[in-house]
Amino acid sequence: MKTLAELQAIRDRMKDNVTMRSGSGSIRAVVGMATCGIAAGARPVLSALVEEVSKLDLGEKVSVTQTGCIGLCRYEPIVEVYEADKEKVTYVKMTAEKARRVAEEHLKNGRIVTEYTIGAEEK
Amino acid sequence: MYRSHVLICGGTGCTSSGSQKVRERLAEELKAKGLENEIKIVQTGCFGLCALGPVMIVYPEGTFYSRVTENDIPEIVEEHLLKGRIVTRLEYKEGAEITEPGKNVSLNDTNFYKSQLRVALRNCGVINPENIDEYIARDGYMALGKVLTEMKPEDVIQVLLDSGLRGRGGAGFPTGMKWKFARAYDNDQKYVCCNADEGDPGAFMDRSVLEGDPHVVLEAMTIAGYTIGASQGYIYVRAEYPIAVKRLQIAIKQAREYGLLGDNILGTGFKFDIDLRLGAGAFVCGEETALMTSIEGNRGEPRPRPPFPAEKGLFQKPSILNNVETWANIPQIILKGADWFASMGTEKSKGTKVFALGGKITHTGLVEIPMGTPLRKVIEEIGGGIPNGKKFKAAQTGGPSGGCIPAEHFDVPIDYDNLIAIGSMMGSGGLIVMDEDNCMVDIAKFFLQFTVDESCGKCTPCRIGTKRLLEMLEKITKGQGTLEDLDKMEELCYYIKANALCGLGQTAPNPVLSTLRYFRDEYIAHVVDKRCPAGVCKHLLKFVVNKEKCIGCGLCMRNCPANAITRTDYIAPGHKLASVEIDPEKCVKCGVCMGNCKFKAISKQ
Repeated sequence: MKTLAELQAIRDRMKDNVTMRSGSGSIRAVVGMATCGIAAGARPVLSALVEEVSKLDLGEKVSVTQTGCIGLCRYEPIVEVYEADKEKVTYVKMTAEKARRVAEEHLKNGRIVTEYTIGAEEK
Repeated sequence: MYRSHVLICGGTGCTSSGSQKVRERLAEELKAKGLENEIKIVQTGCFGLCALGPVMIVYPEGTFYSRVTENDIPEIVEEHLLKGRIVTRLEYKEGAEITEPGKNVSLNDTNFYKSQLRVALRNCGVINPENIDEYIARDGYMALGKVLTEMKPEDVIQVLLDSGLRGRGGAGFPTGMKWKFARAYDNDQKYVCCNADEGDPGAFMDRSVLEGDPHVVLEAMTIAGYTIGASQGYIYVRAEYPIAVKRLQIAIKQAREYGLLGDNILGTGFKFDIDLRLGAGAFVCGEETALMTSIEGNRGEPRPRPPFPAEKGLFQKPSILNNVETWANIPQIILKGADWFASMGTEKSKGTKVFALGGKITHTGLVEIPMGTPLRKVIEEIGGGIPNGKKFKAAQTGGPSGGCIPAEHFDVPIDYDNLIAIGSMMGSGGLIVMDEDNCMVDIAKFFLQFTVDESCGKCTPCRIGTKRLLEMLEKITKGQGTLEDLDKMEELCYYIKANALCGLGQTAPNPVLSTLRYFRDEYIAHVVDKRCPAGVCKHLLKFVVNKEKCIGCGLCMRNCPANAITRTDYIAPGHKLASVEIDPEKCVKCGVCMGNCKFKAISKQ
């Protein structure tokens, strides 16, 4: 037998699971998942992003999706962050570790992790 | 945690077009690619676009794929799920503006979905109906929690009264009033019943709710139990709905495990349980007193009212009976309030209504629209119009109890009172569209045939009256009717309406009356000119050969099942072989010759 409080706990636990189905959040984090991206290790990056977004309870705000080849194969794995009315941010040569930091600092707190961006890499 | 959810419709429509095979193949492909822990497959209820099934939606992008076959699965997995590239050839995007190629189309921008408002269907096509946790995640059972912990039964009734909710089964009786009456009668035992005996030809709204969101019915019935003081509920569901029955059984089991049905619900001491009763397919059992008689284990026959079920219903105890769609609205009204519900719809018809679109319409399927939406919008915009460039002739609402809406009322806002005013009725929500190829006399005959078959035989006006009506209609479609018959039919219709025992008989003449009202000229064509303008009534048809066009190939002769076609002596100028002719005495009017003729030499008159 469940109490109302237990019922609410189930709802909160399950909410992330179904919020994905109400459409995209206001921030989109897109991982390049073409052959070049996968070969360079995009899959662990994608998994880390998904896990972290869920852990930080950002499900309603952020949707993590994939895309094909962005055309900068040498910089893969690439993660692009789109937010309405803001300039697109491109992170390059990502790893699972870097992805977790991006989730925490950028997706959650809104601070761009400059050192991982394409601008920093090209200097 | 899954990065993507693939929702596949598991409703009856998509199941019959092969969604189960699609689902199995997808599971295999995901496993082969090692994606089974990243991508979740969810079997849901109906999305509504049954004509384009099997349908599938991929989140988080929200890409909607239609007419997906097993063979499309490897491409979807490789391209979309692995590489993130949408398979545009399968994407449904009708009516939506494509801003950049390859960019995802939002479902809510398509013609089919953009004017819809989903209240009763809010979870259909969104959650897995066999998983109670997904229902809870969408605020499921929160309304029950609120009712049991914060509200008195009187409060619940007041909210329903204020919301303006009316029964969605067809008659449109205010739900709050029904509950108020049942609460007022004192008794040691009362019952809550759900009418899921959806029997109108072409209607499948209730089936879709039960298949897509069974818990919402359980939750609402439990709320009703608390409100009127009942401890037992029954869902009377057709045995012809195997998927709905299965999902209800699963839902009841899960709800009992969670203590949401049973002795001490949510620890409040309130006791309520629900059992299923399967109907054997008699249309009359959708009538409330017949339904209750059937649950009692007797032959499903209605009995006179009063006493109304609120006083003496199931097992002679105070009972309420509501339709599936009515139940599906209630938890939302409790959570969001009466004002929210009353803000939708028209003055006397609040909220939304689910319609099952069928007949001559492009998007056969299920739609939910705010009350007051014009018929034109439902048919032309949401329904995608009438296929093959044909012209709209009429729409039938309310099935065999309702009537037709002709083109002159195409812009009427759909609500309970407007439909009654133009001689039809809301009914449970079947909406059958007819075009210029439909004969209205034949349509009336079809519905009368149905009521004659389904009349339980208890009262004379219905048992004999509908039979006599049908005989007169048959006479007319055979070209043997007289103008006097039309007047006699009308008189008999009013007699049956006034004297039949239950709703089945009282409404059975409606299809005849409304076609007589709007399409009397078609009846007159049958009676006076012995002609069927739409070319449907076989006895009035004649197939003729245009001897100048006929080249004498003989294809029609070889294919005629009645050997009615013979060669003549006449050879048309420019042709080598003699033309043929059809013997009207032998012709069975199957139309095979006309369909086969490559030279358009055969026509029907």
